[in-house]
Amino acid sequence: MSAEPAKPKDSTRRAFLKQSGIALGGIVVGGAIGGTLLRPKPKVETKIETKVQEKIVEKPVEKVVEKTVEKIVPQPVYYNQALMYFNLEQFAIAEAAAERIFPQDDLGPGAKELGAAFYIDHQLAGAWGNNSRDYMVGPFPKAEPTQGMQTKLTRKEIFALGLQALQDYSQQKYKKPFAELSAAEQDDVLKIFEAGEEVKVEGTSATAFFGLLRTATMEGIYSDPMYGGNKDMQGWKLKRYPGNQPSYFNDIEKDGFIVMEPKSLHDHMDH
Amino acid sequence: MATKLPKVPVLIVGMGWAGGIIASELTKAGHKVVGLERGKRMKLEDYFIMHDEVRYAMRHDLMQDLSKETVTFRNNEKMTALPMRTYGSFLPGDGLGGAGKHWNGVSFRFLPYDFEIRTKTVERYGAKKIPAGMTIQDWGIKWEQIEPYFDKFEKMAGISGDAEQNLLVGKRSSPAYPTPPMKQTPSMKLFLDATTKMGYHPYNSPSANLSEPYKNPDGIERAACQYCAYCERFGCEYGAKADPVVTVIPVAEKTGNLEIRTHANVVKVLHKGNKATGVVYINTLTGEEIEQPADLVIMTSFVLNNVKLLLLSKMGTPYDPATGRGVIGKNYAYQISGGATGYYEDKEFNTYMGAGALGICLDDFNGDNFDHTDLKFIHGGNIRHGQSGNRPIANNPVPAGTPAWGAEFKKASLKYSYRTLSVSGQGSNMPWKHHYLDLDPTYKDSYGLPLLRMTYDFEDQDREMSKFLAAKSAGILKEMGASNVAPGGELKAYNITPYQSTHNTGGVIMGADPRTSAVNNYLQMWDFENVFVVGACSFGHNSGYNPTGTVGALAYRTAEGAAKYLKQGGSLV
Repeated sequence: MSAEPAKPKDSTRRAFLKQSGIALGGIVVGGAIGGTLLRPKPKVETKIETKVQEKIVEKPVEKVVEKTVEKIVPQPVYYNQALMYFNLEQFAIAEAAAERIFPQDDLGPGAKELGAAFYIDHQLAGAWGNNSRDYMVGPFPKAEPTQGMQTKLTRKEIFALGLQALQDYSQQKYKKPFAELSAAEQDDVLKIFEAGEEVKVEGTSATAFFGLLRTATMEGIYSDPMYGGNKDMQGWKLKRYPGNQPSYFNDIEKDGFIVMEPKSLHDHMDH
Repeated sequence: MATKLPKVPVLIVGMGWAGGIIASELTKAGHKVVGLERGKRMKLEDYFIMHDEVRYAMRHDLMQDLSKETVTFRNNEKMTALPMRTYGSFLPGDGLGGAGKHWNGVSFRFLPYDFEIRTKTVERYGAKKIPAGMTIQDWGIKWEQIEPYFDKFEKMAGISGDAEQNLLVGKRSSPAYPTPPMKQTPSMKLFLDATTKMGYHPYNSPSANLSEPYKNPDGIERAACQYCAYCERFGCEYGAKADPVVTVIPVAEKTGNLEIRTHANVVKVLHKGNKATGVVYINTLTGEEIEQPADLVIMTSFVLNNVKLLLLSKMGTPYDPATGRGVIGKNYAYQISGGATGYYEDKEFNTYMGAGALGICLDDFNGDNFDHTDLKFIHGGNIRHGQSGNRPIANNPVPAGTPAWGAEFKKASLKYSYRTLSVSGQGSNMPWKHHYLDLDPTYKDSYGLPLLRMTYDFEDQDREMSKFLAAKSAGILKEMGASNVAPGGELKAYNITPYQSTHNTGGVIMGADPRTSAVNNYLQMWDFENVFVVGACSFGHNSGYNPTGTVGALAYRTAEGAAKYLKQGGSLV
């Protein structure tokens, strides 16, 4: 963190706009920022029943007595860590494959811990998985590489076929499901899919499937946590990416790398 | 059967930068205007939850829905064109404001050389310098004629830039930009020092992301840029980035003379003799077909759709690549890049911060600012180091030879996330006889109308220029102290898959001669005096710059021409 206290203390956009004459120069743009962004923050009081192991220091007149009290700290529940599209077998393969693409190591968590496979599952269940905004009208003749993907399969279908192919290949070669292979074996299988020559995936190619898997894994690591990946912003923390900050006006000219506590889109919902 | 509405005096098709500017100018002058926009309405509040890389940068939320319409592409006439099924090399915008919402705000003026490119190239190097098949031509307008409109666009948008005239670009009637330059980051200072030492002429990249609060001549007040790094592919939550939605459109609406109809997708321009009589559009919410008669039709859709609409409406002579005759679809061009990446082993930069148009650049190798006698190309490009703000999904640079995934990739991508800088040439692109747009014989849009077909490839001219710009960029990065410099690879065949640039140009080009151009220098059609076709489709070639500043200037000129036409009628030239 930079030594200079140049950032506003509360760097939410609301507070920032309120504080900064620079941002608005006394101007309210179309009434919109004034109307919505500067609305007072609603106060929400939440009572949580808690018991905890805690040291209480009591101070009678002369003597200090230490007493231990039990307290339960609630663990966060990730209700969105459930499946919208994959079956459990598909999920296990996707999770294992994503972990090899971005593995846990001494630098920090990998794709599995970050929830990338949940992200992929959720994305496949929606518009992206259904190619809702892509041109899906035939015919689908053989294309030159410069002409891009030409398949009638949706991404949902490509994943289903690709994951099955990973499973079949592993069974055939190692007599084990993909998720149960050693890391080195999984890497070997994925390399074969990336190259795409040994394995055929009907209607598409192993290379195209691997490309989608890789891209979706990276998204699952670094997208806003609301999508189900980047769990607790751990992906951003690993990368030292500050997420969703309203302003770098006071920092943009500074020399030296600045690490900030990341913010997510959720942090901006109370404006 | 279409529902026929009462006639309106002025109809604008497409409410992006060009449509917004013209609507603003005509309504201020008291003309009643109807603006048709096929997308949805947009307002500043729609930009408040923008910092979402997946929704906007990866899934293209502000871009056109390709399931309804796309283009087909082939590199040459021997290939069968196939649809661009997903994004994509370029990203046409959707909704009110069009691509003017999601641009970065880099706002240059094309060079005086550009407007007279054929004459000036022949003058300096002789006719032999222009290879057979390269169809460059003068634009039918000179610097002195177009300069006042650049000035007008820049004052409307509040462009931030240097106070002094840069000697390598066209003479400015107002030397100082309306607002001071943007802030300089440490890496921009490295570029400044290095290129000054190398004897080049660096300057702050003109920016439509305001450096300070600004009130424009229309009375529009906007806040200063916060360098939040969510610019390109995003709308600006502060209204700091000039965008039709927060500048010209509200001005036009305030007059009470503009009626905007959103979800109105024009599918045909109707005409009789040498005049358009109106348009047919489809209400995309109900499917209803509506005929809207008009005295004056101004076509301001994106480049590709302007061309498609003219071809579908059978207006102007379609371009024939076999003979080189005809004009609609002619001289399609794009943008050529050539740059380098520098890796810094001992230094990290706050490259996650930035603004779309934040950068520093030079024109020493742009246009005809340098001697091309011994070079195998003409023109060149603006060489620039920008800091638009790197986002984490897209920004995972690794040195060459690193695997694309796995433990080694993870380690290297985390190491180099903030240790790379890029310097890149935005190269011009010359038109060729065999690069063109026409209608596809096979594939149809959601209305059953043919898709636009693009026949385009990179040429040796482009390969030579790209190599040249990459070498210059690499030289600058070395001087900027990079530990390792990797020049960009050689330009291969044009591939429509990876994102490159949304600077598509040509197809309805301007000029002085009806045999070789579709519109005159007011962008009025030669064949239909009450039709103006506006946008980067008017460019005879693409320069070594971002196109929006020049589109804006041409739109202001069209607005003046349209007002003149409404008064007197007839051809304006």
